[in-house]
Amino acid sequence: MTLIPIIDAITQLAPNNPIHTGQFGGDGGWTSYIGLFYMVFMFVILFYGQRFQSYMMIRNVEDSLHKLRGIKEEGRKNAIETLKEIGKPSVDITPRVDRCLDYFTISPQSMDPAGIVAKLDHILEVRDQRLLDDVKLMAPQCNDDVQLHNMENTLEAAMALNYLYKVVRHYYIQGKKTMSLYIIMQLQMVLPMVMKEAEAFSAALTAFSFGQPIGDSVGPLIASKMMRGYEVRKVYKDCVVATVPFEGRTALVMKAEGSGGNCGKPGDAIETVIEENQGKIAMLIMIDAGLKLEGEAVGEIAEGVGSAIGGPGVDAFKIEEMLVKYKIPINAIIIKEDIGDAVAPMRKEIHDAADKAIERVRELVLERTKEGDTLIVFGVGNSIGIGQ
Amino acid sequence: MTQNTQQQSPVNKISSYITLIVAIVMGLAIIALFSAAYAYTLGSEYLIQAGFLIIIGAFALGISVVVLYQTRRNATAIKNEETKVMTIIECKNCGTKITRDFQRGDYVFKELGACEKCPEQKQIITGVYKEIKTKEKTYAV
Ligand SMILES: [Zn+2]
Repeated sequence: MTLIPIIDAITQLAPNNPIHTGQFGGDGGWTSYIGLFYMVFMFVILFYGQRFQSYMMIRNVEDSLHKLRGIKEEGRKNAIETLKEIGKPSVDITPRVDRCLDYFTISPQSMDPAGIVAKLDHILEVRDQRLLDDVKLMAPQCNDDVQLHNMENTLEAAMALNYLYKVVRHYYIQGKKTMSLYIIMQLQMVLPMVMKEAEAFSAALTAFSFGQPIGDSVGPLIASKMMRGYEVRKVYKDCVVATVPFEGRTALVMKAEGSGGNCGKPGDAIETVIEENQGKIAMLIMIDAGLKLEGEAVGEIAEGVGSAIGGPGVDAFKIEEMLVKYKIPINAIIIKEDIGDAVAPMRKEIHDAADKAIERVRELVLERTKEGDTLIVFGVGNSIGIGQ
Repeated sequence: MTQNTQQQSPVNKISSYITLIVAIVMGLAIIALFSAAYAYTLGSEYLIQAGFLIIIGAFALGISVVVLYQTRRNATAIKNEETKVMTIIECKNCGTKITRDFQRGDYVFKELGACEKCPEQKQIITGVYKEIKTKEKTYAV
């Protein structure tokens, strides 16, 4: 029977076996072989253990890197297809898109930080304009501002994915070249977060290309719900304001102009509106999507003080300057969401939180302002897919 | 661009590699279990060996089944995540609420055509969102 050798092998391993003891040159022949094997094994582990660990980690990183490349390639293809579909360019735009993907921004020199905000603001403005011009060149047939902004956002998401991929690839190759456990380890440690971010950007790209509201659009959604039915006028660069009678007060409800992908310039817009009212503002309420901690529910609402606005800090700086100048109290309302939810198409929980947030605004206004006061409510975020 | 000419996605390669290993382990486990049965038939002095083989066989079989189950679950989990984005259309007059798939050009508070029941009232998009049905895992802390 073919099974006999296996049984033999097992029986030989068993100690004090009456059948096989002493077959290999006396008592415990096999056991000494095993001992030798363990010795060799121990030495291998001792000297090559770290190398082995490095190989395992590199394989792990490699898997993620391949996945990342897949996501990035899909994003690039998606961006090109959207541009072709909407812009109907006469020439092949692929090389131009690839050039855009490698586009970089150098932040201003900060050795002497005085006046850096204006410099940063200027550079960001130039960057946005440059990107928008590029989109216009790639989509000459498109005259729709909404579509242009959506395509710009799509391109930006593709740029972010491209950058993530390149950085991870850089550290991967460097780790492989040096076989240094520490380089590979650093990469492996942050990789789960990087992958999560990549998946979020990938979801964002699809949402942008279709013009769907994202999780971050909850601020504009709330503002839009509040200003619905009242006259809306444009203020400084891509922002809108409506004068809304609210519980006996006058609420100046503001948001970025929709329904194209646009965050506007909240800093300048709020500055303009405050100056228009000669600083006679009883309160500024900012509503924004905020990152939730693990364990918190999506769509949870939290209240606080301070300028609730993300980005590079230019807008927050400008708003704070104005608040200090006129001593205006500032309140913030945040709708909690995950980083993945913030840029992916809006979830129902976040959409449903909008009405609850308006109730919070009402409470805040009733408790902390007097009748006849004027206040500003700003819905911060990307206005994609949200009209007014 | 040169990126297009690079090798195909290795995801399938990796999963087939794992499947091969699982298949080998499973085969060995089954052989071990058969051997155990055979050893048992040989008589009482082979009882220890039979026990050994049963433990090895059962353990290996268990591990391979778990690995196989996990890879399959991962594959299905990725598919489930693609949820459709819906557009909610309402008529303020009669309160009719329609839910349909999102179409390019939809946005919140866009005015659409007249309502079927009340021709003078325009329908309005009141929401664009996706609903995630799968419940998030909660931790009791
Ligand atoms: Zn109706």
